[in-house]
Amino acid sequence: MIIYLRRSAAVLSGLLMTMALLGAPPATADEEPPPEPPKVELVLDVSGSMRARDIDGRSRIAVAQQAFNEVVDALPDNTQLGIRVLGATYPGKDKKIGCQDTQQIVPVGPVDKNQAKAAVATLRPTGFTPVGLALRAAAQDLGTGATTRRIVLITDGEDTCAPPDPCEVARELAAQGTRLVVDTLGLAPDEKVRRQLLCIAAATGGTYTAAQSVEELTGRIKQLVDRARDTYTQTPALVGGGEQCADAPLLAPGVYTDRERFSEHRWYRVPVRPGQELRASVSIALDRPVNRDYGVLLRATAPDGRELVRGADAGSGRTDILSAGLRWSATDPDDEREDDGPADGESGTDAPVLVCLVISNSLAPQAGTGTNPGMPVELTIDVVDSAPGPGAPDLGRGWLLLALLTVAGLLTGLLAGLLTRWWVATWRN
Amino acid sequence: MGTPTVRRLAALLAATGLGLLPAGAALADPSPSPGAATVTKAGTSFLTATVIAPGQPVRVGASHGEYLYWAFPASAGEVPDIRATVSYPAGRARTGPATWTIDVFDGLRRRQACTAGAQTPTVPAGTTTVQLGCTLRTVRSWAEPWSGDPLPGTYYIRLSVSTVAEPDLGLPVEVELLVGAGGEGDGGDGGDGSLAAPLVPPVKAGKVLTDAEANSVPAEEDDGYDLGDWLPAPSSRWLWSTAGGILAAVAGVVGFGLTRRR
Repeated sequence: MIIYLRRSAAVLSGLLMTMALLGAPPATADEEPPPEPPKVELVLDVSGSMRARDIDGRSRIAVAQQAFNEVVDALPDNTQLGIRVLGATYPGKDKKIGCQDTQQIVPVGPVDKNQAKAAVATLRPTGFTPVGLALRAAAQDLGTGATTRRIVLITDGEDTCAPPDPCEVARELAAQGTRLVVDTLGLAPDEKVRRQLLCIAAATGGTYTAAQSVEELTGRIKQLVDRARDTYTQTPALVGGGEQCADAPLLAPGVYTDRERFSEHRWYRVPVRPGQELRASVSIALDRPVNRDYGVLLRATAPDGRELVRGADAGSGRTDILSAGLRWSATDPDDEREDDGPADGESGTDAPVLVCLVISNSLAPQAGTGTNPGMPVELTIDVVDSAPGPGAPDLGRGWLLLALLTVAGLLTGLLAGLLTRWWVATWRN
Repeated sequence: MGTPTVRRLAALLAATGLGLLPAGAALADPSPSPGAATVTKAGTSFLTATVIAPGQPVRVGASHGEYLYWAFPASAGEVPDIRATVSYPAGRARTGPATWTIDVFDGLRRRQACTAGAQTPTVPAGTTTVQLGCTLRTVRSWAEPWSGDPLPGTYYIRLSVSTVAEPDLGLPVEVELLVGAGGEGDGGDGGDGSLAAPLVPPVKAGKVLTDAEANSVPAEEDDGYDLGDWLPAPSSRWLWSTAGGILAAVAGVVGFGLTRRR
């Protein structure tokens, strides 16, 4: 019996733990599958400098070709891959023509592996390095849509064709509606190349890797292609914040993106009914060089400007995202309503409060940093039922409680016994 | 009655069962759960953070300077404990020291304090491994909306290099990470309140409302009479109180017996 009880208790507690886990699902558990397959384009530099034999004694282009073959072989089934090259066809000296030299050799779509490998095998290092132009073209190849796109840029040399400056191009592409991430791989340990690739990566929320062997290059490209599959998400809704509370957009629960310039204030409004709790968080991406110390502030105010609650974060040093969040709920009027039971007649009390949210930042640009477009802001809004505070507990716990109850029981028993004795004695006499 | 009450009673039984079991492991180094698959991925932002479970080891190759994100769920009573090890491959010399940082954020992307652990260790140029750690505060079951206390829901980990010599960026590194759920994890003590929904952020794209939509009143949901509304939430308090009542009764009988004439 005891064994049975213990076992059922264990089963039940297991069930409870499962329920508790289900009660707090991870961020992406209830996500619908995104509406389109992941799309990624590899952009390969085939300029003259790729001839250099400095990776394990082999030429840079040979290493890149081998890496591409392995990546194409290991391509996940549903990923749509495209390949674009730059500097592959024009051997001449005319910069004007050489800087237009970029072609898509494998269109973005389901990949014919043999055809793709054949196209890569014919590449010979040739011309200039129009990185900016190639990035712009790659963004066009990937098209617009509801999910994240990824570009993997593999190059060994600085852009020789600016303008357009590739970093500016990256920032401009990132500011367009479609979310675009550019990951960069540098094949030469050169300071200027590194700076440029770091700048491109930072501007789009991508990464920079210095690859110095075939394994490193292949492993990294594979990882980035897998990442394109694993982490592409539905693009948050674009919204333009207002300059003041009164003309701010009204937001439903969900994720939004916007842009905010240095020292700008952006306003939004969220309808919150009595008995509901507002949850808001904001992330601001530092996509350009800023001064060492920085901060972000998210404030919720009533329509009349009274501050309700604020969330803030500050920091210093190297970082990608600065974020803050807040919770707020209208408490008092609701408590009464709940206590009175159903009070559907008073529909007037159900009118939502339009809570204003304002995002501000204390970021400052480093000298020479552009201020337009603003930095990407991600705003997450949720409205849930508010949770009333706990009352005094109705039950107790602890050894002291047991001791107290036992002593009280003992005293009561003694008293009852003595009274009984006295009563019996009196009655007998 | 109705299904909510039945469910609540089942949960109550389960909770009292939990009270009988030995308390969870006290604060110790987290160790991988047996049979947990190693995760070999990391996200690059809050929205794309790779979801891991406590006790699930992570091992991923990365670039020096990359920002790596993971998310894990935590429930009331737990004390999440994060340990990470970063190793540099041999043979790739670095030019200067690097400071690694582990940042933890709650479901509202609010920074969470670490009570213990090396959150921002600096690794000199010649050293090839560095250990990081962060122990969070105990996750509360309820807190006032204005407070920043840790609450049940999603937690985000960001691992990054916060100070680094620029020429060292882009080098390959190997990252290992493990989240342990210390503490009792008893789902909170019945008297301490609970959230209507855990702090799990929405991930769907939002929608800008019109004035009419914002002011419309939704149909009231009528869940009817529920016995559970006035019953205290299931917790070990039920067990303690019942045991106290039984002890008091036994002590009463004993006390009564003591006064009997022999």
